[in-house]
Amino acid sequence: MSSADTLNAPSEAGAFAGHADDVVVTGIGALTPLGPDAPSLWQGLLAGANGTRPLEQDWAAQLAVRFAAQLSVEAEEKMAAEILPHQRRRLDRVQQMALVAAREAWADAGKPEVEPERLGVCVTSGIGGITTLLDQYDVLKERGPSRVSPHTVPMLMPNGPAAVVALEIGARAGLHVPVSACASGSEAIVMALDMIRLRRADVVVAGGSEAVLHPLPISGFATMRALSTRNDDPASASRPYDKGRDGFVIGEGAGVIVMERRCDAEARGATIYGVVAGAGLSSDAHDVVAPEPTGAGAARALAGSLRDAGLEPSDIAHVNAHATSTPLGDIAEVLAMRKALGPAVENLVVSATKGSTGHLLGAAGAVEAIATLLALRDRLAPPTRNLDDQDDAVDLDIARLDPRPLRSGPLAAVSNSFGFGGHNVSIAFRSS
Amino acid sequence: MSQQEILAGLAEIVNEIAGIPVGEVELDKSFIDDLDLDSLTMVEVATSAEDKFGVRIPDENLKDLKFVRDAVDFIEKAGVAA
Repeated sequence: MSSADTLNAPSEAGAFAGHADDVVVTGIGALTPLGPDAPSLWQGLLAGANGTRPLEQDWAAQLAVRFAAQLSVEAEEKMAAEILPHQRRRLDRVQQMALVAAREAWADAGKPEVEPERLGVCVTSGIGGITTLLDQYDVLKERGPSRVSPHTVPMLMPNGPAAVVALEIGARAGLHVPVSACASGSEAIVMALDMIRLRRADVVVAGGSEAVLHPLPISGFATMRALSTRNDDPASASRPYDKGRDGFVIGEGAGVIVMERRCDAEARGATIYGVVAGAGLSSDAHDVVAPEPTGAGAARALAGSLRDAGLEPSDIAHVNAHATSTPLGDIAEVLAMRKALGPAVENLVVSATKGSTGHLLGAAGAVEAIATLLALRDRLAPPTRNLDDQDDAVDLDIARLDPRPLRSGPLAAVSNSFGFGGHNVSIAFRSS
Repeated sequence: MSQQEILAGLAEIVNEIAGIPVGEVELDKSFIDDLDLDSLTMVEVATSAEDKFGVRIPDENLKDLKFVRDAVDFIEKAGVAA
C-alpha cells in the first residue's frame, strides 16, 4: 500500500500519469438483453444490436406497452444453469441477476485474495425485489397470511442483491446500497470509489441490478407517459436523440465491476480495464421526475467529475450519455454537456447505448460504466442504434451506424446517469 | 404413520425447498450444520411439514428441532396427539 498523503493529488506528469492510489477496474460482469456476459454486451453494442422484444406473457396482452428489453435467451439460460430451482425460491430475480453478473466480474478479476474485512460490496437496484412483493401479496390475498413465504422480506428489500453478493464472496468491510432510481448503478460505483479512497476497503464489488418486468411497474411507468408506445415495432422503440423518440424502453439486467487500487492490482498481475478517475454528483430539486430543462444540475455533476479526476474538458474523448430516448431528458443532457464542457464538446464522440440495451434503470449506470471502460480499451465509441434522423436540438457528434474510432493518445471518458428524484451522477474514467 | 414414512416425507420437503438429495436427509443429520439450511429455510420446511403431516409446529418447538431425528419424533408424537 502506498501512503494516504498522495490521495487524489494529480502527479506533476499530468492527469493521465498512473498513480499507485488510482482506483482501477480489474473485473467486469454483465447479464443483459444483449447477452449473458460482458463480452457479448460489448459485441452487441459495437454491432448496434437490438435488445428489445415483445412481451409474450399473458399478462402483457392488456397493457398499453407490450414490449421490453428482456434478458437475451442466452442470458436466461446462463441464469437458469447457475441458480438452481431451490435457490430461486429464496432469491428474487433481481438478486439472481446480480449474483450471476457478480460471479462473472469476480472470476474476471482473478478472484483477488483479500481479507474479508477489507472487501466491500456496493451493489444496488433502483426498485428492488418488486416482483416478490407483488407475487406474495397475491399469495396473501388468495391463500392467507400463513402462506406468505418467510423469504419475502430479504427477497424484496432493495439491499437484497448486495446482501447475496456479499454472502457469496464473503465481503465484510461493508455493504452499501445507494438507491437513486436510474442513477443507482452509477452511484454505487461512486460509493465504492469513496470506500477505497477513504481506505475503508481495499477491494469493492460494485454495480446494479434491475428486474421489474411485471404489469404493475410497467403500467406505472406507462401511465406517467415515460415509456415508448411503439408496440408495432419494438426493435426501433429505443431511439435516443432521434426526432421520432417517444419515451424509454423499460429493461432488465445487471452489471458489476471489481474495483481496487492500482498498486494492488499491479502487484498481483491483474488485467486493468481502466481507471475510475473521479465522480460528480448533484441534485436538481426541480421536479420529482422531470429533468431540470436547462441541464444545470447535470452540468454540475459532469463538471464535478472532471474536477475530481483532475481532467480538463479537452481531455474527454467520449461520453456515454444517459440519453434514455425521452423527448425532454435527451435535450437537457445535451445542454448539460455544452454547459460543463464548453467548446471541447465539439471534439468528443457521444454514444447513447440505450438504443441497443433499452433502459436498465438501476443497472444502467453499471452496465454503461462497463461500456465506457471497453470503449476506452478498444478506442471505439459504440454506435447509437435507431438514430436515423437526429434531433436538430442535438448539435453534438453522436456515433451512429458504426463504431467510431476515438482520438490517439491517452483517453478519458465520462458516463452520465440521472434518476427520478432529481439525481445526477457523472463518472470520469481514464484509459491509463 | 411410521418413522420411516415421516422421514421419507420430510426428505421430500427438504429436497424441494433446499435442493438436498433425498438420500442425504438422515436421522442423525443436523439441519443447520450438516444440511446447511438457513433459519428462514427451516421456517419454510416447518410450514411445508405442517401441511404434509397435518400437525402444528409452534415457534417454541421449531427452535428445538436441530436434528432430522428431532423433527421426525416431533411429527410422530404430534400426529398421534392429533
